[in-house]
Amino acid sequence: MKLTLANIDGYRADLVARRAGSRSIMVCCGTGCRARGGLEVAEALTSSLADAGLAGKGEVELTETGCHGWCEQGPIVTFEPSGVFHTNVKPEHADAIVEAFEAEGSVEKLLYRDLATKKRVVRYDDIEFYSRQTRWAMRNVGRMSPTSIEDYIARDGYSALAKVLSGMSPDEVISAVEKAGLRGRGGGGFDAGRKWRSCQQAKGKNRYVICNGDEGDPGAFMDRSIMEADPHGVLEGMLIAAYALSATAGYIYVRQEYPLAVEHLNQAIAAARSQSLLGEKILGTEFSFDIHIARGGGAFVCGESSALMRSVEGRVGEPRAKYIHATDRGLFDEPTVLNNVETFINVPLIIQHGPEQFASVGTERSKGTKAFSVVGKVNRNGLIEVPMGMTLRELIFDVAGGIPKGRVFKAVQTGGPSGGCLPESHLDLPVDFDSLTEAGSMMGSGGLIVMDDRNCMVDVARYFVKFLVDESCGKCVPCREGLKQLLGILTRITKGEGVSGDFDKMEDLCFTLEEGSLCALGKSAPNPVVSTLRYFRDEYVEHIEKGLCRAGVCANLCSYVVNEKCNGCTLCARVCPTECIAGERKELHVIDQEACIQCGSCFDACKFDAVTIGERIGS
Amino acid sequence: MAEQLAQKILEKYPADEGSLIEILHDVQLQFRYLPRPVVDEVAAHCGVAVSKVVSVATFYQAFSFEKKGENVIRICTGTACHVKGASLIGDEAERLLGIAPGETTPDGKYSLEEVNCVGACAMAPLVIKNEQYHGKFKPIDVKDLLEPGDAE
Repeated sequence: MKLTLANIDGYRADLVARRAGSRSIMVCCGTGCRARGGLEVAEALTSSLADAGLAGKGEVELTETGCHGWCEQGPIVTFEPSGVFHTNVKPEHADAIVEAFEAEGSVEKLLYRDLATKKRVVRYDDIEFYSRQTRWAMRNVGRMSPTSIEDYIARDGYSALAKVLSGMSPDEVISAVEKAGLRGRGGGGFDAGRKWRSCQQAKGKNRYVICNGDEGDPGAFMDRSIMEADPHGVLEGMLIAAYALSATAGYIYVRQEYPLAVEHLNQAIAAARSQSLLGEKILGTEFSFDIHIARGGGAFVCGESSALMRSVEGRVGEPRAKYIHATDRGLFDEPTVLNNVETFINVPLIIQHGPEQFASVGTERSKGTKAFSVVGKVNRNGLIEVPMGMTLRELIFDVAGGIPKGRVFKAVQTGGPSGGCLPESHLDLPVDFDSLTEAGSMMGSGGLIVMDDRNCMVDVARYFVKFLVDESCGKCVPCREGLKQLLGILTRITKGEGVSGDFDKMEDLCFTLEEGSLCALGKSAPNPVVSTLRYFRDEYVEHIEKGLCRAGVCANLCSYVVNEKCNGCTLCARVCPTECIAGERKELHVIDQEACIQCGSCFDACKFDAVTIGERIGS
Repeated sequence: MAEQLAQKILEKYPADEGSLIEILHDVQLQFRYLPRPVVDEVAAHCGVAVSKVVSVATFYQAFSFEKKGENVIRICTGTACHVKGASLIGDEAERLLGIAPGETTPDGKYSLEEVNCVGACAMAPLVIKNEQYHGKFKPIDVKDLLEPGDAE
């Protein structure tokens, strides 16, 4: 039906009333859970519900939700409104789940087992991973069907838009965003309100609103989760921006690596258009605005705003000099506001609950919450949204559960390829826009990749430089050529061919890159190298002078040897891809050093500390 | 045949430069590469020179001028995957298939690719075969992605 300012509240009240007392089984069908069989689980639950005679009855619903952000526990099946939370569900569990649902109970063996207490936890909000979170940007994630506009409206969706259209002036909207202190979540941390204000004041024929969904930082996936699980929230944020700026068209630039996000956004756009929430005369007012999807082409540099705009125009994504502001001349050379997915999804909240509430959380200069993707060597891998200013230690050890397998924390990499690696001594830093920058890294879009003593910091620096070599657009010489030279030096060091003069050369190259590149990709490219040289110099020295990679990563600089603790369990031999481990059951095993490729599978598999990493032996 | 398929794609988009990347995505999806005759048509439709289309297509990783294999195996090389041993998986895939990333086996059965990050980092390391995601992957699992007898 066509919604108007006059009927939207009644429509919502009807939806809510119709759903009162209804109960749902929610199956996560985000990218992560799908990979682990989420769709098959949904199918099995559908037939189990039919067998139990519950299908088609109004009070029981099966809902396919978007990503909860805790993919490693997937597929996830929850009950609403009770909040029962099942993990690692397989299709064969469907009957038991339906039975438990009918009895208003839970399936014991599928409940999450707490790491410390070893006890099963029944409800979503009692699991430490979730109970420590403040989910504002991710308020709807996993709690509704992303493909149902009714679900979104019933959860107060589009009420901020209605509020804006029924009596707020564009100036008042911008003032609210300014007052909230909302800063860009994509990494730059620029004041969103200030950006909107300068765009509003710029002269132009058309104005554009762009949502940056080109989540390029490897290791970060909060924007994917939000676009997949709450696409209407993104649209609503953009609509409010468009109203404030009198923009007529908007684009969402999504990575082509996120096909499900593209699908859900397209469905949301179609649904919003059909209910007068997008397109001509929105909610029956004079305000018109439409949104289009532009798929990225797999180029990291297109996350940079000026490159992204060239890409939307159908061109090669090369950045341009920053003395031209996008708010003056952006897309098609018209005034443009570009914000990140997580920035836009916070806008409806600010309008609905007021800027004061938003600003009541966070630190002095970083307001609100931030979603972090805490992944790598932690016990609970996933998306964690907390108030700005929580320390790295709390995030990694309390919420994410610390380092698995009793290993030792070595570093946390923040800010993607433009960020840096921080050691243990910096874990008490609060995470906000400014603190990490002072320590030589940055918060960036919120990826926190945790590393333990099995990760080699020289290899990690090399990894990022290689990434950037591939992704440099080639416009500026220091970035195009300098990064290649850096990669050459780092590769030599990881092969055991490093020389002591390499330090000076690397530091020189880093300085030139920083000074001589046009965009942030080149300017910040040295960070992974500079930060590892600063905090983990001893590892570089060890590689160059002793020919040892203590983490057992650089194949030329380490050997794996079975020691006397071996009890002959044969596990190592079974996981070895080159079948180079010999030994009878219950007898000491031996690794053939000539055939060994130093992959470390044996070391990671061994439960008895019977594999040692040492200096290279053999050729 | 190819012309008809291409025509269908072109009809969906306005005839301007802004449609170029969206059209190339659809062509790549349809043909698994950008056939030269289709590139000419795309250029004519968008009103740009063929060289422009080639420049855009070579800039973005999503497009290729060579036909991809029937099966595309993509190794995620995002940071979370890297710290959990993605490069070892890549090495094993190269060893078993006898090709480097970016190449296709001579029989046209497999292409091996690297992808920067697919945003499923909580299940790292990941391998994607024909849009099917495989999480918590180990080097020894690579052989299970290939048909029996296809490993070198």
